[in-house]
Amino acid sequence: MSLDRRQFIAIGGAAVAGMTLAPGLRLMELAEARSPEESVTTLQRWGLLIDTTKCATGCTSCVDACHTENGVQSHNRPATDPQWIRKVTLKDKQTGYVQNLPLMCQHCEHPPCVDVCPTGASFKRADGIVLVDRHICIGCRYCMMACPYKARSFVHEDTTGQKPHAPRGKGCVESCTLCVHKIDKGENTTACAEACRKEGHNAIIFGDLKDPKSEISKRLAAQASQQLRPDLKLNNGVRYQGL
Amino acid sequence: MNKLLRSMAFVAALTTGGSLAVSAVAADGYEKDPVAGVRHVPRPIHHEPQGEKCVAPTSEMRRNHMEKILHQRDQTMHQGIRTAQYSLKNCVDCHADPKTGSVLGKEGFCESCHRYAAVQIDCFSCHSAQRDAKAETAPARALTAAPRNHGTDSAKGNKP
Repeated sequence: MSLDRRQFIAIGGAAVAGMTLAPGLRLMELAEARSPEESVTTLQRWGLLIDTTKCATGCTSCVDACHTENGVQSHNRPATDPQWIRKVTLKDKQTGYVQNLPLMCQHCEHPPCVDVCPTGASFKRADGIVLVDRHICIGCRYCMMACPYKARSFVHEDTTGQKPHAPRGKGCVESCTLCVHKIDKGENTTACAEACRKEGHNAIIFGDLKDPKSEISKRLAAQASQQLRPDLKLNNGVRYQGL
Repeated sequence: MNKLLRSMAFVAALTTGGSLAVSAVAADGYEKDPVAGVRHVPRPIHHEPQGEKCVAPTSEMRRNHMEKILHQRDQTMHQGIRTAQYSLKNCVDCHADPKTGSVLGKEGFCESCHRYAAVQIDCFSCHSAQRDAKAETAPARALTAAPRNHGTDSAKGNKP
């Protein structure tokens, strides 16, 4: 049996396609939602991509949605009210150009809050989400001092109206959980990203940074993005575009 | 000898007087057991849970529920394992009072029994004591006193 050049290329191409397909299928398996009794793994790393050029001035829908979702209530005392996410306005003093961006826990790969915690309450989950275990937190607030983003808040007052999925109480430090209850349910979205999408801004994208097929990974691979304070080498899970 | 007897009688009288005084003071809040004829702390009253049956036998849950919740707590927090069995949220959804939707309060499942046993509950300073809104559609059962065997363990062994 002899093959001409064209047949040889066709067979060779099919073989290569088969080889690349197999790892692709494996990636699909890994990316599938885990069952409730399985623990989280390092196969995922959840993150956010925030496009500041799409973030609208005066819009607080992400902040409102976050605080509604997690039962974070204001006591009309801005100095001590907890905030899991806040809007930050940046102004270039020379040109007068104004930018808005939402700022929350950056879910660092090397979180300073975890380094300084004396009890082990501040920890990073295997899938990259940085959390506070309130059962262990003694409210010392070292993590608040260590965080370069001022992402954490101390709960100064008695809490009411907690959501069943988001317990929170006086005397503990808290911050953005990346809507971990939604992730564990397999919903794969956050309240802020959902709210921004509903407003039509689409400035916040949630996804798996380790899945090359996710929208967030594709965007990060195709366009320029940056971390806040990259000099600290924390490898943030939250990335920004348009800064 | 006579002196000794007299002092013994004095001590006995003191003790009897003391115990009488105690029972007189506490009599209002106590419940009389018709069988044993002794006074008890009132048994906790709570509502029948909504679910079919509990995640473990009652005797097991009564003694070890705190350990099961603690184990599940660490798994949920650190490993993201959110199975319904032994989750505090699941407990509250089933055991909440149909009127108030809560496990706290005088007839709340958790508080009534913890008050009876004089054990403080810390869970609900952070966790919601209210049933999840989605679980409220389940049919509620009527208010009943705790089953009679509720107090048998304490009646036999460690009397309150």
